[in-house]
Amino acid sequence: MKPLNKVVVETPPSGIRRFFDVASRMQNVVSLGVGEPDFATPWRIRESAIYALERGYTTYTSNAGLLALRKAITQNIEDRYGVSYDPETECIVTVGVSEGLDIAVRALLNPGDEVIYHEPSYVSYDPTIRFAGGTAVAVQTTAADGFRVSAAALEAAVTPRTKALFLSSPCNPTGAVQQRGDLEAIVEVAVRHDLYLIVDEVYDRLTYQGVHTCMASIPGARSRTILLNGFSKAYAMTGWRLGYVCAPPEVTEQMLKIHQYTMLCAPHVAQYAAIEALQNGEADVRGMVTDYDRRRRFFVRGLEAMGLRCHAPDGAFYAFPSIASTGMSAEAFAEELLQEERVAVVPGTAFGAGGEGHVRCSYATSLAQLDEALRRIRSFLSRRGLLPGEPVEVQA
Amino acid sequence: MTAILDILEQDSHATPDRIAALTGLSEDVVRQQIDEWEKSGVICRYKTVIDWERAGFEPVHAFIDVSVAPERGSGFDEVAARISRFPEVRSVFLISGGHDLRVIVRGADMKQVANFVSERLATLERVTGTQTHFLLKRYKEDGDVFFEVEADHRLMVTP
Repeated sequence: MKPLNKVVVETPPSGIRRFFDVASRMQNVVSLGVGEPDFATPWRIRESAIYALERGYTTYTSNAGLLALRKAITQNIEDRYGVSYDPETECIVTVGVSEGLDIAVRALLNPGDEVIYHEPSYVSYDPTIRFAGGTAVAVQTTAADGFRVSAAALEAAVTPRTKALFLSSPCNPTGAVQQRGDLEAIVEVAVRHDLYLIVDEVYDRLTYQGVHTCMASIPGARSRTILLNGFSKAYAMTGWRLGYVCAPPEVTEQMLKIHQYTMLCAPHVAQYAAIEALQNGEADVRGMVTDYDRRRRFFVRGLEAMGLRCHAPDGAFYAFPSIASTGMSAEAFAEELLQEERVAVVPGTAFGAGGEGHVRCSYATSLAQLDEALRRIRSFLSRRGLLPGEPVEVQA
Repeated sequence: MTAILDILEQDSHATPDRIAALTGLSEDVVRQQIDEWEKSGVICRYKTVIDWERAGFEPVHAFIDVSVAPERGSGFDEVAARISRFPEVRSVFLISGGHDLRVIVRGADMKQVANFVSERLATLERVTGTQTHFLLKRYKEDGDVFFEVEADHRLMVTP
């Protein structure tokens, strides 16, 4: 047979996959490896999907999505961040942020064009850019800088082939939240080199420390920003596969063509339910955010008490502790923790080489489970003589 | 500070240490605040939610709507207080609508509840009528769901 697509063949499968295979064959595992909310979608949203089914809203929608939903989305962005988008021409409802990113880079890139992104970060960015024929250029962020992306580091990676800067904040797996000043400096770089800004803000509502700044709200950014967001995290709607993109009309016009020919439209029922989410889901979001924040404090304190330093997990629902003090590699730590204590965490290296020395622990799980996980991690460290002397002290 | 109450309402066993970890407040502040609330009556008492049926008991509950001829001066308060004093009465509410008071009664069996209504409640001075609704099945009470809760359908590890 003739060889398959070279770029795809050469792309390794997600580093998470192997852990999933091992962990899912085990009994009694406490999983901190899940990148989605433990809440089911709030009932009012589910109920509204049931209603949509009953009423027979089972058809295609317009390619860009239900206008009522696009209006609700753009209104929400305006209310929250003061940025206005035209729902008719500047907003497309996508099948998750994943599709939004895919059609963004496909609309932007010519073969060989470079996109600079940061690591450690979500596993899809690099492959999605490469599948679109682009070259993904990673800039490393470090624990010492709280995993924030520096404009200088991005600028140092700019070449004549650079087309766009990609940024994700709050960041999976680090929990890092970019500050307004960081973003302003990044926008300056983009303007200086005439680059697009692609931003994944899907965790925007899950910001606990400080405030989330929408990239498009920075002066000078809107005209070059492709804003990606969705319903998965804020509304616990991962399985509904619903996201959206807002961008200037000349960009959405091209993106819409790809969306139209490959996806046609996002699922109708999910779109219908998303209107309910935006119109009446605020109390549910706040309730979940309050819960995540409590677990975050509790879990981070627990880890730090064991000498596993967590660096500023200000957003999303992950702690990304340094395991450097154990002398183990991230892979070995995760592997042995799973085998010995049946706690599933994800090695930081799954999110890029720069994730070495860290593991990702999701605290989107019940307090009882977090309690048990902390107990097991403690016993894991204790057996190796790696626990700091009692009494425990929280590092500042 | 209401976070403390919120946490205690969900779990009366939550220790000051744990509440401190969850809220970021210091343990001393939490302890002091709880102490204050216990004294001032904001925190009335700590109780446990029990599924008695699961424990093998089947107490009978009834909702009894009571019509009352209010008293001059005290309105419904006097009668409501009198009803409240019976230990088998779990709750007493003044309500709008066709009746005046809604009373929740718990008894060992139907007969006991029926006797209580006919002999004690209906015969009270100023009670002009009662309507008894026996509880058949409890689905949710005070925010707690008593049928099977949804399982976690998530995969073990996801990006």
